[in-house]
Amino acid sequence: MPDTPLLELRGITKRFPGVLANDHVDLELVKGEVHALLGENGAGKSTLMNILYGLYHPDEGEIRLNGKPVRIGSPRDAIDLGIGMVHQHFMLIPVMTVAENIVLAVEPTSGPFLDLHAAEKRVQELSTQFGLAVRPDARVASISVGMQQRAEILKALYRGAEILILDEPTAVLTPQEAKELFAIIRSLQAEGKSIIFITHKLNEVLDIADRITVLRQGKQVDTVPREGATPEGLARLMVGRDVVLRVEKPEAQPGDVLLDVDNLEVRDERDLEAVRGVSFDVKAGEIVGIAGVDGNGQTELIDALTGLRRPSGGRISVGGKDVTTAGARESLDLGVGHIPEDRQVRGLVLDFTLAENLALHDFRKKPDSRWGCLFPKRIVQRAVRLLKEFDVRGGGPQTRAASLSGGNQQKVVVAREVSRDPRVLIAAQPTRGLDVGAIEFVHRRLVTERDEGRAILLVSFELEEILSLSDRILVLYEGRIVGEYPPGVSEEELGIAMTGGRRQAA
Amino acid sequence: MTAPIQPESSRDATSDVTAWFSTRIGGVLVPLAATVLAFLIGGLVVLITGHNPVTAYRAIFEGTGLNWFFPWVGGESREAAANDLQQTLILMTPLVLTGIAVAFAFRCGLFNIGGQGQYWVGFIAALYVGTHLDGFSRPVHLLVAILASIVAGSIWGGIAGILKATVGAHEVITTIMLNWIAIFGGMYLFEIGGPLQGPQPSIPRSAEIPDSVELWPIWGSLPSLHAGIFIALFALVVYYVLLNRTTLGYEVRAVGFNPEAARYGGISVAKNYFLALAISGAFAGLAGSVDVLGFKFAVSTGDFATNFIPFTGIAVALLGRNKPVGILFAALLFAALEVGTSTRQLDPEVFEPALAVDLATMIQALVIFFVGADLLILYLWRARRFVGLGRRVQPEPRP
Repeated sequence: MPDTPLLELRGITKRFPGVLANDHVDLELVKGEVHALLGENGAGKSTLMNILYGLYHPDEGEIRLNGKPVRIGSPRDAIDLGIGMVHQHFMLIPVMTVAENIVLAVEPTSGPFLDLHAAEKRVQELSTQFGLAVRPDARVASISVGMQQRAEILKALYRGAEILILDEPTAVLTPQEAKELFAIIRSLQAEGKSIIFITHKLNEVLDIADRITVLRQGKQVDTVPREGATPEGLARLMVGRDVVLRVEKPEAQPGDVLLDVDNLEVRDERDLEAVRGVSFDVKAGEIVGIAGVDGNGQTELIDALTGLRRPSGGRISVGGKDVTTAGARESLDLGVGHIPEDRQVRGLVLDFTLAENLALHDFRKKPDSRWGCLFPKRIVQRAVRLLKEFDVRGGGPQTRAASLSGGNQQKVVVAREVSRDPRVLIAAQPTRGLDVGAIEFVHRRLVTERDEGRAILLVSFELEEILSLSDRILVLYEGRIVGEYPPGVSEEELGIAMTGGRRQAA
Repeated sequence: MTAPIQPESSRDATSDVTAWFSTRIGGVLVPLAATVLAFLIGGLVVLITGHNPVTAYRAIFEGTGLNWFFPWVGGESREAAANDLQQTLILMTPLVLTGIAVAFAFRCGLFNIGGQGQYWVGFIAALYVGTHLDGFSRPVHLLVAILASIVAGSIWGGIAGILKATVGAHEVITTIMLNWIAIFGGMYLFEIGGPLQGPQPSIPRSAEIPDSVELWPIWGSLPSLHAGIFIALFALVVYYVLLNRTTLGYEVRAVGFNPEAARYGGISVAKNYFLALAISGAFAGLAGSVDVLGFKFAVSTGDFATNFIPFTGIAVALLGRNKPVGILFAALLFAALEVGTSTRQLDPEVFEPALAVDLATMIQALVIFFVGADLLILYLWRARRFVGLGRRVQPEPRP
C-alpha cells in the first residue's frame, strides 16, 4: 500500500434534523482500489458519498486528496477534483442520445456550434478503452438499464473522473448485467481508476472489493481487506448481531392442494402470449418457488393468479373454487394474499398513512367500516398492533408510507398480507432491495406462514432465495414450466434450465 | 425479531416529529407566502402606474367590507362595510362550492375544468324548477330546486366520468367540450323565441323565480346575503366527511394517489373516476342553484359568456390545497379581491377602477403561479437559514 492514500475522509460528521447520519467516519481510498462501502439501508452510506460529491456539506471533518485538504462545495468542485458519481437513479435525459447526454454542460464546440461529431468520437474512444460497448448515437430511452448505467459511467469518465463512486449500481441490473458491470469495474481498475462501491449485498462485496468499510447507524464499524472476510462476519458487522443467512426450516408437511393451476394462458399488454399453458399446484404447508429470468411470464402469471389480469385460457382454482375469471377483489376475498413485486408502485399508496395502507384490502368490511362509513380509530388500532407485531420502525400509524425505509415498507406490505389470514400467499420478489436484516425477517416470516398451513408461491429472480426457501422449484422459461426440481438442486442446473438449456415436461 | 436496536426508536421519534412539523408548516406557509408575494408584486405594479400601493390596497381592502370585523369601525362607515361584506360573502358562496368541485376531482387525480358547464346546468335546472313547478311550500320547493341542480351537475360531470372510465377520454378535453355545450345550450333556451324565454318577448332573458323559491335573505338588502352561505359551509363539512370518513373517499384518494396500488387493493379505478367526476359536478351544480335561488333569480343570454366563478374555483382549490379550511379562506380571498376592486366599491380618486380590475386579475394569476411554484417558495424558506452563513441550500435529507 502506498504511503499517501489518494483520498482520505477524516472524522466526517453530518447531522440532519433529529438524525446523526454520519458520526466521525474515516475512509481512505488507495489508487487503483475497489473500495466497498457496506451497510444496511439508512446506515449513512449515501450521505457520506453525497458529502464527497459535494451535494451535502459535512458539519465536521475534512477531506484530503493526495494528502492536501480540499473543500468540495458542489458537484462541480467534485468533478474538477476528478471525482465522479453514478447515482442509483440515473440522471439522463431520455430523448437525447448517449453522446448528447455525456457532453451535456461540457459540450465540445466548433465556433458557436455544438460539435457533436467530436463528442461522439470521444465517447466512442472512452467506450472502447474501458470495454463499455455503448453506442454513442443511441437514444437513451431506447437502450437497456444496464446500458444507461454505462452511459452514466462514461459521463463521469468523460469529465475526467479518477475516483468513481457507484451508488448501489447492481440494484437495477439483471444478474447478467451485474456480471458485465463487474468486468467493467475490473477494467477501470486496471486502467488505474479508483472506485467506491456502495452496496448492501454481501456476495457483491466479496466478488469485487479489495477493501471493505462497514457503516452501521452512521458510524464506521470497521475496514477490512477482502482476504479473510466471510459473509457471516460482514453481516455481523453490518447488523450488529449474528444474522442467519441460511434459512433454517423444518421439513415441509404438505397438506391439501390449495392453489391449482391448469393449463393457464395469459397475454401481456401487447396481446402476446406471455404464459403459455402452465400447470402446477401448491399445497397447504409448502413453499413452491418459481425460478426464471425476468420477463419470462412471471408478471403475467402473478397478475392472473391475483385477479389483476384475466387469463386467456386455462383454469385457476383456490381451495377447490374456480377463480379463473375472478377480479382482484374477489380474489382477495377468497383468501389469496399477494406481496407484490414492486412495493412502491403496487404494494403501497405512498401518500397514505401506514394505517390507511394496512387497511387497503379490508376497509370495506367490518370493523374498518360499516354502511360505507370508515372508522379511523379501529383502523389505527389494528395498525398499532400490526406495526408492533411486525417490528416496523421509523413511524407510527399516522406516518406517511413514503417516509419509511424500503425494508420497513416491505414489512408493512407483509404485515397486511399475512394478517388477512390468506390460504394462498403469492410472494413476488419479496426481498427486492432489502438489506440483510430485513431479508432475514421476511424469509423467516414466510417459513412461519408455511408452517401455519398456507400455500406459498414464491416468485423470485434471486436463485439463492429460491434455493433456500422452496420445498419444490419450478423453472419458468418463455411462459412455460420447463422443469420441476427438489430444493437440493444445484445452481448450475437451475441456471441452465432458466436459460432454456434443457426442456423437461413438468 | 430478536434484539431490537435501541437507539433507533428514539431517533425515529424525533425525526417523525420534525417531518410532521415541516409538512404542516409547508402546507400553510406555501399558500400564505404565495398570497403575500402576489400582493407585493401587485403593489409594485401599482407603484409603477404612479399610485401609492398602500392607499390603493387600503381602498381595496375597505371595498371588500372586511373592515367590518374591526370593532373600532363605527357609524356610517360600519354600515358601508356591512354592505360590502355582504357582497363579498355572496360571491364567496359559489366560489366555495366550485372550489370543492375542483378539489374533489383533484383528490381522485382528475382535473375537472368543466365547472362552468356543471354550474350552468345546475343553474338552469334550479331555475326551471323555480319557474315552472309550483304548488310546493317554500322549503319543499327550494329542496326540489336544489336537488335538481345537484342531479343536473352530477350528470354533466358524470358524462365526462363515463367517457374517462370506459374509453379513457381525457377529462380536460371532455369537460371543456361539455362547458360549451352547456353555454350554447343555455343561450338557446333563453334567447328570443327560445323555449324557456321569459315573459318579455323582446328581451333574451328567463323569467324570474317566484319569491316562494328564493333562498332566505339573512343580512342586508342590496342584494342581501342569503342562506346559500350555510349551504356552502355545510358542503365543506360534507366534502371533508365524504373524503376522510367514508369508504368512497378512501377509494377516491387511493385512486388519486396511486391507481395501480388501488387496483391491486381491489378498487375499481374506472368506477372511481366516474364517481369522482359526478360528485365533483354535483358540487358545481349546487353552486349554480345557490346563485340563482339566492340573488340572481333569473338569467340573460349575455350572462353565460361572462361568468368567471367556476374558473376561479380552480384557483380556490389550488390555493386552498384541497383542504376544507383552505378552500374557505381562498374563496373569501378571491371574492374579496373581486368585490374590493369592482367599480362600485372603489373611489376613482384613489385608484382608477379600470386598473383595479386588472390588478385583481393579476393578483389572482400571481397567486396561482406561486402556489404552482411551491418548490420555489420552500426553497426560499429553507434558503433563509443559509443566507447569513453563505452556504448552499441542501436537499431534503433521506437518511
